[in-house]
Amino acid sequence: MPNEHIVRSYDEELRRLRDMVARMGGLAERQVAESTRALVRRDTDLATEVVGRDAQIDALEREVEAYCVRLLALRQPMAADLRVIIAAMKASNDLERIGDYASNAAKRAVVLASLPAIGSLAGFERMAQLVQENLKAAMDAFVNNDAEAARRVWEADEPVDAIYNGIFRELLTFMMEDPRNISAATHMLFIAKNLERIGDHTTNIAERIYYAVRGDNITEERPKADQSAFAVVRPAGD
Amino acid sequence: MSITAETTETGTKGFGGVQARSEEAINASRISIRNLEFFYGENRALKGIDFEIPDRQVTGMIGPSGCGKSTLLRVLNRMYSLYPGQRATGEVMMDGENIIAPDTDLNALRAKVGMVFQKPTPFPMTIHENIAFGIRLHEKLSKSQMDERIEWALTRAAIWDEVKDRLDASALGLSGGQQQRLCIARTIAVRPEVILFDEPTSALDPISTLKIEELIDELKRDFTLVIVTHNMQQAARCADQVAFFYLGELIEVAPAVQMFTAPKHPKTQEYITGRFG
Repeated sequence: MPNEHIVRSYDEELRRLRDMVARMGGLAERQVAESTRALVRRDTDLATEVVGRDAQIDALEREVEAYCVRLLALRQPMAADLRVIIAAMKASNDLERIGDYASNAAKRAVVLASLPAIGSLAGFERMAQLVQENLKAAMDAFVNNDAEAARRVWEADEPVDAIYNGIFRELLTFMMEDPRNISAATHMLFIAKNLERIGDHTTNIAERIYYAVRGDNITEERPKADQSAFAVVRPAGD
Repeated sequence: MSITAETTETGTKGFGGVQARSEEAINASRISIRNLEFFYGENRALKGIDFEIPDRQVTGMIGPSGCGKSTLLRVLNRMYSLYPGQRATGEVMMDGENIIAPDTDLNALRAKVGMVFQKPTPFPMTIHENIAFGIRLHEKLSKSQMDERIEWALTRAAIWDEVKDRLDASALGLSGGQQQRLCIARTIAVRPEVILFDEPTSALDPISTLKIEELIDELKRDFTLVIVTHNMQQAARCADQVAFFYLGELIEVAPAVQMFTAPKHPKTQEYITGRFG
């Protein structure tokens, strides 16, 4: 926005809204990072902390929503202001879901810590790192009102899907090799799926930001690499 | 210098890709304005305006004070011809005629293009006479035809129920909102085709304002409406098409939904979000 509003306090309020969403984003990023660290290090204390912190994200979501309703009622926003408020409201929903997924992954990390380890967790670390980077880039794009940065985030989800595919196939193999792996592998599969969904919610946020800045939508199909829905399980020896 | 307005395509995608096309369709043109320039003496108040006013829809004109929107309204019924030193050049085509040509029959034009002003302007006569007065200038009606026409106009203006028992009382005894609706009744009584509203609710309370807006929504089924307003929310609520003027130029024309969610021109954006004006 090149100029300031004639009513200064309105600018203040919009800035505060962006800050609130950015704070929520920061918290969500941290939840993703720590839930994965808890998984890799088999750290149940850290995992429990993550679960406990989810309430903070939920509270922030309610705060953002109430603030948006207030802005809509009192300022009757138009054009770019209206779009940014709607984007903030929608993004806060996505961030709340991201928090839920991280918290769910942490709960599963607690269970996994009591089961024998299977396979490598390198894929999980890589995936978590990618979705965190994207989430951070999305939040920066929101704060800086940068549509091109948002588009880059939107395009950057493909490698996350690719890693998810790899993990899916690997865990399938472990389960076929030895049914005693099924319990741990299933939890791990859910964690991988959670991370993949976090990536999807991040692209949603990127779409909102793009719309807020430009006033139109990204129209092309998003590049996707999740093929797990088409995977076929064949019994061993077939 | 002439700036062509960015007329935007209808049917843009709304938030989340939802199509809002049906609400944004703009009808065929009723009045075509080509390269219109307007002068108050030496002062050029409208600069190369090219603009289509759609048939039986509401066109809202917005812009800061002195942008030329009221001037354009005054061109559409040749109101400016009442004042020496004011002149327009270019073309304003309606029904195959250039209404700013010197040989235009002004009485016929003003019967076809009615106007409602900012402040209610009832005549100091009875309610009945306020309506009958204008009709008598154009038509010879029998008493029963006249009564019928007056009831029709007052009903269309959504004030019949409030005044039907006191048609012989003075119009000056009505409230501001009622007076304005009476003026609208008076305007539609001569059965115009186009009605111009110059900030019709800026002197009214919120309830009367909503009644007038409701009425505008109703009237657009039969009439082509043009409304000048300083109230952005009002333009958003009432208009199908919105035009933004700035310093005598038409900056942008777009369907209302598009104008207030995603205007194309930075100046429009700044004005409607309250960053200047």
